[in-house]
Amino acid sequence: MMNGAQMVVEALHREGVEVLFGIPGGTVIPLFDAMVNAPFRQVLTRHEQGAVHAAEGYARVSGKVGVCLVTSGPGATNTLTGLADARMDSVPLVVITGQVKTSLIGTDAFQEADIFGCSMPLVKHSFLVRNLEELPAALAGAFFIARTGRPGPVLVDIPVDVQNARGEFDYPPALSFPGYSAEAAEELSGLDEARRLLKRSQRPLVLSGGGIILSGATQELLDFAEAGSIPVATTFMGKGGFPERHPLALGTAGMHGQAQANRALCEADIVVAVGMRFSDRTTGRLDAFAPKAKLIHIDMDRAEVGKTLAPQIGLVGDAAKVLSLLTGAVRGKNCRAWQETIDGWRRSYPLEPSGEILSAPLLIRTVRRLVDEATTVVTEVGQHQMWAGLHWEANRPRSFISSGGLGTMGFGLPASLGAAFATGKPVVCLAGDGSLLMNLQELESCSRYNLPVKIIVFNNGSLGMVRQWQELFYDERYVQTMEAPRCDFVALAEAFSMRGYRITGPEGMESTLREALESPGPALVDCVIPWRDKVFPMVPAGADLGDFIWPEAEEKGGSLH
Amino acid sequence: MTIHTISVLAQDHPGVLSRLAGLVSRRGYNVTSLSVGRTHRPGLSRFTLVVKGDETVVEQIVRQLDKLIEVVEVRNLSENSFVERWMALIKVRAPLDVRPHVLQTAEIFRCRIVDIGEDAIVLEATGDRGKVEACLEAVRPFGVIEVASSGAVALGRTGFGARKESPVEVFQI
Repeated sequence: MMNGAQMVVEALHREGVEVLFGIPGGTVIPLFDAMVNAPFRQVLTRHEQGAVHAAEGYARVSGKVGVCLVTSGPGATNTLTGLADARMDSVPLVVITGQVKTSLIGTDAFQEADIFGCSMPLVKHSFLVRNLEELPAALAGAFFIARTGRPGPVLVDIPVDVQNARGEFDYPPALSFPGYSAEAAEELSGLDEARRLLKRSQRPLVLSGGGIILSGATQELLDFAEAGSIPVATTFMGKGGFPERHPLALGTAGMHGQAQANRALCEADIVVAVGMRFSDRTTGRLDAFAPKAKLIHIDMDRAEVGKTLAPQIGLVGDAAKVLSLLTGAVRGKNCRAWQETIDGWRRSYPLEPSGEILSAPLLIRTVRRLVDEATTVVTEVGQHQMWAGLHWEANRPRSFISSGGLGTMGFGLPASLGAAFATGKPVVCLAGDGSLLMNLQELESCSRYNLPVKIIVFNNGSLGMVRQWQELFYDERYVQTMEAPRCDFVALAEAFSMRGYRITGPEGMESTLREALESPGPALVDCVIPWRDKVFPMVPAGADLGDFIWPEAEEKGGSLH
Repeated sequence: MTIHTISVLAQDHPGVLSRLAGLVSRRGYNVTSLSVGRTHRPGLSRFTLVVKGDETVVEQIVRQLDKLIEVVEVRNLSENSFVERWMALIKVRAPLDVRPHVLQTAEIFRCRIVDIGEDAIVLEATGDRGKVEACLEAVRPFGVIEVASSGAVALGRTGFGARKESPVEVFQI
């Protein structure tokens, strides 16, 4: 006999959970009590949003299910942003929320919120456990659903009386999901036609997304690209799925994509889009996307095929498998003229920053040079994130972590914390001053666990991405974006018992960064960069990918960073 | 834009109606009617949705519905022949002097009289959507007091070929 709370702990153990992120509260006291001798680590964050993003960071880096445990009411509602974030980027999460006792549900009891209802549009699935008998199946089902198929977040809401009820524990229980299967139902009837098109094509291009990373298909992608000398652009979420140092790598495509990637999309005669979903940030104007290309879309989620763009050929299945089925058709291809065209674009739109002023690109490239391939980088959201997309060379899957679909400011710091628990190695957190202040309390968590999280603050004293839009599209009316934070980030770091550094110019930049990166434990480096700097190239929202803004040569010294 | 009737078989868990309705509204699909009821199999409900949209939109609805964990089967019935019924209870003014006319009209639509009172009666009209709507129009001049109507319920036709039983049979719910 054990109680419901003990069953949860036992189930988490059997599911292989190594670390759990959370905060105790009134309706989860039994659950935390049951963890006194739990065989997995429990990490206390300072806000439930921090806990859920930390679980996301852990999951994105490790590929395992991230687990988060919070109390009812406000604890539960604070996880909603993380659930939405995980859903958008297909991150496997199990979020366990306490709930008021079953007899009080629906009575507006203290710290009661209908989290099952609130979270419904944001989760892959959810369970409200109304009695002890349902508990083992809900937990096993949650892990099964979160990690299989297209991964996603699953919520399990457990009333406190269910945690206290006693009964026999039978695990794993028999699972019954007649409407759900772990394997993708394949639809590969277009394979032969796809092979025929690929053989004929002169200007082929791969556009690979986060699905490559989820599928573990990086080797198959590499084989496919190398077999036919086919250049590879990635979506922002696909960063790391194809080594960016590879001669066939074009970098990211999209709103802040590399010029050669966006140009190649405009000129390609065939685009193999794999493990991606044609987000508006990737495609630009939809009816002008890859206008000369036949489109082959490969995804394991059949609802994504044809959702926003109708491909000539849709192939539903696992990316690794489908790519390897196509590799034979491209073997020996040699599109030399196409390669030369692309190399011409590379030369026309060089991204190297000037070394004369301190800029985000200069900082990002310097940090990248100073860390090894085992280092994970996590970004916040905004200008620095897009600069990281352009300038951070990601060569390894799960090494570049960012909130892509939801674009959650405040994601990066707690996600770095989770990433550090997953890898046990240094994690670089690239953060804007605006984003960092959104979940600043997690500095304390990084410090308390003495995690090697190295926070590089791109401090332009503004909400830079919105400011950039205001400058370019709203006649420089900087409404609410030029409110420079009235705080000293170095002093803040020190107040949170971590090392703080400041960099104001290129001189001494490298040695300061090196010191911060090599010191044990967490560190924060406040880097003061010009507020006028904008992220280029930029495809204005709704424009076609070929129409990116590229500043004139004379402006490059100050603005092209 | 054409009208499609979609049949969804789902586990009848708490919240499944919200999940389904939420998906439909969140993605902005144009739903004319949604009805739900039990089936002969314990634990399974059948939803019938009537949606307006072109082929791609409807295909997308079907695929998104199919992704819901509790949804066991989704079929676009409009791809084959199917039978569909709507039902309306219509409370219509029928004082004694006009009552024969009301009853006569009801007879034309093969309505049943399910309640009768001092100066009103309640008709039950059943049929396809067109018939139910026509019936309502026909009695409107007498003075319609209240209407409650179901959405569509529909099943694919069995026909005479060997039609396989739905695959759900094999699952233990």
